[in-house]
Amino acid sequence: MSENLLEVRDLTITPAGAEAPVLHDVSLSLSPGERVGLIGESGSGKSLTAQAVMGLLPEELRSDGTVSLQGFAGNILEAKEKTLARMRSDLASMVFQEPMSALNPLMRIGDQIAEVLRIHGDVARRDIPGRVLDLLTSVHMPAPESARYAYPHQMSGGQRQRVMLAIALANSPRLLICDEPTTALDVTVQKHMLELITERVSAVQAGLLFITHDLAVVAEVCERVIVMYAGRIVETGSVKQIFTDPQHEYTRGLLASSDLEATDAHRKLFSLKTARSYAGPIDEAEPAAATGPVVADEPGDVRVPTDVREPVPTSAGEAHEAVHSPPLIDVSGVSKHFRSGGLLLRRRSPVRALDDISFSVASGQRLGIVGESGSGKSTILNILSGLDRPTSGHVRVGDIRVESASSSALRTLREDLQIVFQDPFASLDPRMRVEDIVSEPLIARGMARDERLSRVQEMLLAVDLDTKAMRRYPHQFSGGQRQRISIARALVTRPQILVADEPVSALDVSVRAQVLNLLTDLVDDYALTLLFVSHDLGVVKHLCSDVIVMKDGHIVESGSTEDIYAHPREDYTRSLIAATPSLAGALASAP
Amino acid sequence: MSGNPSITSAGGTTTDQRRRTKLRLNASMVIGAVLILLIVALALVSFVWTPYDPSAVDPVARLQSSSTEHLLGTDKFGRDTLTWIMYGARITLMVGIVAVGIAVLIGTPIGIIAAVFAQYPWGVWLSAVIMRANDILLAFPALLLAIVFAAVFSPGTGPAMVAVGIAAIPGFARVARSGTMQVLGSEYVRAAKASNRSAPAIAIVHVLPNIASMVIVQASVAFAISVLAEAGLSFLGLGTQAPVPSWGRMLQESQQFLSTQPELALWPGLFIALAVLGFNLFGDGLRDRFDPKMEARGNV
Repeated sequence: MSENLLEVRDLTITPAGAEAPVLHDVSLSLSPGERVGLIGESGSGKSLTAQAVMGLLPEELRSDGTVSLQGFAGNILEAKEKTLARMRSDLASMVFQEPMSALNPLMRIGDQIAEVLRIHGDVARRDIPGRVLDLLTSVHMPAPESARYAYPHQMSGGQRQRVMLAIALANSPRLLICDEPTTALDVTVQKHMLELITERVSAVQAGLLFITHDLAVVAEVCERVIVMYAGRIVETGSVKQIFTDPQHEYTRGLLASSDLEATDAHRKLFSLKTARSYAGPIDEAEPAAATGPVVADEPGDVRVPTDVREPVPTSAGEAHEAVHSPPLIDVSGVSKHFRSGGLLLRRRSPVRALDDISFSVASGQRLGIVGESGSGKSTILNILSGLDRPTSGHVRVGDIRVESASSSALRTLREDLQIVFQDPFASLDPRMRVEDIVSEPLIARGMARDERLSRVQEMLLAVDLDTKAMRRYPHQFSGGQRQRISIARALVTRPQILVADEPVSALDVSVRAQVLNLLTDLVDDYALTLLFVSHDLGVVKHLCSDVIVMKDGHIVESGSTEDIYAHPREDYTRSLIAATPSLAGALASAP
Repeated sequence: MSGNPSITSAGGTTTDQRRRTKLRLNASMVIGAVLILLIVALALVSFVWTPYDPSAVDPVARLQSSSTEHLLGTDKFGRDTLTWIMYGARITLMVGIVAVGIAVLIGTPIGIIAAVFAQYPWGVWLSAVIMRANDILLAFPALLLAIVFAAVFSPGTGPAMVAVGIAAIPGFARVARSGTMQVLGSEYVRAAKASNRSAPAIAIVHVLPNIASMVIVQASVAFAISVLAEAGLSFLGLGTQAPVPSWGRMLQESQQFLSTQPELALWPGLFIALAVLGFNLFGDGLRDRFDPKMEARGNV
């Protein structure tokens, strides 16, 4: 064994009963104290690789190859559970994606950290409480003294992830594996968490294997990047190398489609197919040096977004003209309170999900609603579509007063207003064929079957799906394809207003670009008014002409997208923009 | 499908794997299915052929043990036990089908309706009333209900089946209600509502197919319970009446010969046990198959 901290050789993983492996001859190494990013889309095998290193592979999977870790004698893949248990936490430990399900909900935080210390027995029993406090302080837990006695449900997502990090680092492992540790967190929380991981890992001089699908995140944390695609490692290199001079076609595609600032000759986002003409992320600090071989039509510089926007005939310009006509959607003074507690236990005061919200949307406008989780953005959508009623205030869509609408008025409303939901895996009935799913809004209208089918066919073609798809079930499609089906269902009735609730947040980066491009096209083709809810400022910036920033049920700031991004007036907006990971920013600060 | 073909292939493998796990049968389901098929075969064959006439009395050959003439021996009147077992399988299956049928057809809609009502402000109390009535019904044991039925009507297979069926309603109502609540909370139902589908349409198109698996599992377990309940009732004289052959009654009649001819109790007992075991194993197997966690595990 060399002096590498981690050495994976020819790791091949095959599911029981399957002939084709899901992981092909993966080899990688990590020197002590090195921070390496493992990047790839869902299904690329990055999590399997991490599980193999921890000896956590499910039994149905057959693995070949060797995984050796400094300080552990022998091959981890062949080791017995008993020796592995000793290795975990002492030599290597892991932070998982979902901090809620990774913690025991019935155990106090302090006890959960103490448990790890006690089992491994390197700390004397009487020193454990002190060590727990040290660990909580080291992950910058607010009020660490009292946090010890808190239960997981009393903490926010970010705090829970801090606890996970404290547990992972409790026995000073030499290797820390983070599996998408910030994917479930808000951007501002993610920024702090990434800083914290970097800080703690270098403080204890541990190696870091950081798994993510987000290139910008990897650039912020890691020194070296390993790119995985379809169960193989396709490229390895330093952050700078991968970002400025990617060798493999897939890496280039991933890079191109992650960059929401760059558009191709047709003003579309780059996808894996069009990535050839992508020039690389533009470094804000030194634009001239970093642009490299610029494509002729590439206007490119982020500092002058007007260059990109103004020639676009449909988005910003038209929307501003339309403002003068009476708005299509008018929301004034809307509040929504949720009562918490049951019939007998009335403990808490009502939760104010929305507090005195007012805004209006002109016909043809593209409005983005941005906010972190709990800001009330989804509640607005529910109220607009009549799925939920406001506690007070008025909502008008077209000439329907939504808050007091009868069920027949709501039916009319829903013919004009359709929704694309967030999770393409949850929003399609698993037991229905695609043709039935897409034609559902038409059935409600009482349309004849033949006409329905031709409309469905037409719509599926419009979202770039084969008409063969009609007879299949949702599970036979990938996430991006499912989201196309969802969009087809929303547009099949030819609504005037399309409401999209985080439609790309569950998708892989490469698929995200395709779906966003499709959405842009359809909004133009069908002259739709778009309401786009997202936590991702980059996506909103690309797609929307105007934006509303929300926090805790209030509108913090609103205005045209360019204004808000160029000159945010509120601190909150500024922190949100600063926290959004961007390729260019990350590259500028990369070592 | 505009995506690069090599890109979509990653998603393709997962679908293949899922299909493969779905085809993989588990042992308890196979054993259960074999036992159920055995009982069904006995009942079907009895319509066409039995070794003897079930009412053929043969005083000379009474209380015999297994022989080549009487494979499973004879009872106190010299009637062939194998013939009786075959005829008894009919009653057993009929009671199961009718009782479970009553429970599914009444219990499932009750559960769905209760869950759908609970969504509306005006329906919350109605839903609560339905489910509490259901809880009251749950408090009556099947046996007690059957005794009441036997007292009010005359004791017989019919009242026994209905009583067992009614006693199984609450189980189905609860399963259907919890399943419906889950489905109604899903995003695809929100999407259906946003597409203007009415509540009954959502219940039929979305809820029913998605809770079907849970109801089927419950049905196979309820079938086992019904088989056992019928045997118990016939044993007590509240179920199937003489001279119709029934496993429960055979067991009861064998009581007086338990010391002299124990084989007489062995066969009906064994078949009741096999039938119950068969349906329970089958139900367990189905549950494992339909368990979303199992599916997720196969889909790494």
